[in-house]
Amino acid sequence: VSAATMAATRAGVSATPVGWVGVALAVLAWFITLPPILLRTPLPSILLAAAAVGAGVIAAQGGQRKLGYGAVVAGVLAAILAVVSTQSGEANLERVFVWSALIAAMLRFATPLVFAAMGGMLCERSGVINIGLEGMMLMGAFFGIFAADEFGSWFLGALVGMGAGGVLAVVHAVFSIALRADQVVSGFAVNFLALGITGYVFIAHYGDQGTPGDVPRVPELSLPLIEDLDFFGTAIGSASVLTWVALLLVPLLALYLFRTASGLRLRSVGEKPRAADSVGVPVIRTRYLAVIASGLLAGLGGVYLSVGLVGSFTENMTDGRGFIALAAVIFGSWRPGGALAAALLFGFSSAVAQRLPAFSESLAVLFQALPYVLVLIVLAGLIGRSRPPAAIGVPYVKE
Amino acid sequence: VNERRDLADEPAEGGTLAGEPVEEVALTPAARMAAYVRGGGVIVPVLTAVLAFLLGGVAVLLVGKDPISTYEAIWRGTGLQWIFPWTTGEDRELAALNLQQTLIITTPLILTGLAVAFAFRAGLFNIGGQGQYIVGSIAAVWVGSELAGMPGFLHIVLAMVAACLAGAVWAGIAGGLKATVGANEVVSTIMLNYTAIFIGLYLFGLGGPLQNDREATLPVSNDVVESARLPVFWGDPILQGLHIGLFIALVAVVVFWFLLNRSTTGYEVRAVGLNPEAARYSGMSVSKNYVLVMAVCGLFAGLAGALDVLGWQFRIATNDIEVNQLGFIGIAVALLGRNTASGTVAAALLFGALLSGTSQRNLDPTVFEPELAANLTFILQGLVVLLVSADVLVLRLLRRGRGIFFRGPRKRSPAAEEASP
Repeated sequence: VSAATMAATRAGVSATPVGWVGVALAVLAWFITLPPILLRTPLPSILLAAAAVGAGVIAAQGGQRKLGYGAVVAGVLAAILAVVSTQSGEANLERVFVWSALIAAMLRFATPLVFAAMGGMLCERSGVINIGLEGMMLMGAFFGIFAADEFGSWFLGALVGMGAGGVLAVVHAVFSIALRADQVVSGFAVNFLALGITGYVFIAHYGDQGTPGDVPRVPELSLPLIEDLDFFGTAIGSASVLTWVALLLVPLLALYLFRTASGLRLRSVGEKPRAADSVGVPVIRTRYLAVIASGLLAGLGGVYLSVGLVGSFTENMTDGRGFIALAAVIFGSWRPGGALAAALLFGFSSAVAQRLPAFSESLAVLFQALPYVLVLIVLAGLIGRSRPPAAIGVPYVKE
Repeated sequence: VNERRDLADEPAEGGTLAGEPVEEVALTPAARMAAYVRGGGVIVPVLTAVLAFLLGGVAVLLVGKDPISTYEAIWRGTGLQWIFPWTTGEDRELAALNLQQTLIITTPLILTGLAVAFAFRAGLFNIGGQGQYIVGSIAAVWVGSELAGMPGFLHIVLAMVAACLAGAVWAGIAGGLKATVGANEVVSTIMLNYTAIFIGLYLFGLGGPLQNDREATLPVSNDVVESARLPVFWGDPILQGLHIGLFIALVAVVVFWFLLNRSTTGYEVRAVGLNPEAARYSGMSVSKNYVLVMAVCGLFAGLAGALDVLGWQFRIATNDIEVNQLGFIGIAVALLGRNTASGTVAAALLFGALLSGTSQRNLDPTVFEPELAANLTFILQGLVVLLVSADVLVLRLLRRGRGIFFRGPRKRSPAAEEASP
């Protein structure tokens, strides 16, 4: 392998494309065993996966350790999945892997994650850890549907839901910024508060009946031309308004963070608050705004869950999605594009898990653990490469 | 390669530069907590709890109920009035039954509290109590149900050891990741929690490999055999009397105290917790300590799972795995107990009483709905953790209360300071 590395270096091939080729080879290795190609022998996949691992090693030795490691993991995973696929019945595979429906489901599952992850990223970029995303989503989910029911409008529901997430964020901000509480502990407390408050008001107001069935839902928005296409029509022809908002939010936030003065200030507060302060950036105020913005966005993610996706509320309905969003932030190296990719990956595995019961009930359950295991594997491979904002978790004291 | 790394798109490498003034903020949660521990006395935690209960009373008022009679009903549900000699006759019998329930819940809470407290003292935040508890209970139920025919005592010990090991390995993963690649233990323990939940759901769910042999339609495990169940020493075993697990938990508290305060390991753990850099320079292996500490935490939480399974549940239903919050409540227990041995026991009793006092079984539904009360418990836990987290708030209150407390900067090193909690 080292000879290959040297050859690659001599040929002037940089490590980054090699790493991406590795990832692509890994995806291809699994893809060819699925419909519509449906290869029934694992050998080509194993060869492709081996090539992916090789490319990953080369990329890692060429300096792209994180990407190279990702390609190696993807290769190993693809080989396993390809073997499993070739062992499964064709009919089952065709029932589970309906690509257009899978993509549509992936977008549905990813939407709340994208909102919360974008919020979490803003918050962490300003130097405040936000474990409380889960609670902020839950507040948005309950108070969103509550207001949508009361006012008879999904839009007002969305506003109130965002506000509820924001209020919880204010609590987190006051405790972690002004009172300099440990940010993880404070975020954790806020989660408990949200769990209690939403459950309490839910039972006090709706009792055993649950939320009514006629709550106005977030409407779908169809793309005029694409809608009529066969494959793309099902996949992306029509989706919730909030899904489009989420997808639009990602490039906007990327522009904000990396191309505006305000975004630069936000990042400087998260990296070196003392230096930012000395050039006149209001550290405390910036952090407050970032935390509150994260609450608003996470709240909107919760609104999508209750008012958009499900149309009802159940206690603790976010069920760890806030934590997954947090993982997406880390997975995506605190960048909007990366976090989006991670949210889509998690959304895809949820979409597959949702269709798997047709195939095997118990396997579907186990498959749901995959995103969490993936995060652990990724964490293991970071090897100090992907660093959080330098001042994260450290309260700021003005001199 | 992009040369402009200063504030380019990727966060900068490394923290403060050498020679730069270090901010006057404690670097680790443990160091910040140390100030709180120095705050001393039981007054602060008691005030915190009282304040939380007062705020909870407002929540009761909001739904148009009487807070005083509600808290009274919860108090009756805890059975704690049993300790008063003037509780007699039928009241006393009912109180005894309720108190047994309270102590049954207190038992695992002590252990999950220790699992969080031990990590805190080493500067780590163990959110993974839930996952460690689950893998512990899975190990215990497997040993307890599959290895039938063993002598009872040996069987119980084996089941508990298996649970401890499972918990230790599970938590050790997070410790290992922290030690080798610096992965944040908060994130890794959360991921391990969900992984454990789904493994449990898979194992005992319909069609799962460890699902009940006899009842094919129930998503539960096999039953722990009679001989592997912990003996009941107070009350009727049929009515879910109090098992001896409480004493095992109390032994664990003594072990916790001894390990932390009277052993070299404990000294290193606390030193690492207060200042990892200083500990490293004085020749301690910080990474070894991270793995060790997490493993010990997992051991405590895994044991909690074993005591529940061997003491009163005897089987695991997938529903139990989904709704179980004991690992999380352990965080509130540890924080309110200020991460000390005795404090953890007291806080575990408080939360155990709150849980059993608001349970369907013990709370009088004509006074306050148990479903509402269960959520009230979450609110109270959140408030307690929130109030405890703000050490500045607490210290300010203390300074105002007793002006003698803070007279300028302390001269002694924090590590020496910490030696006497």
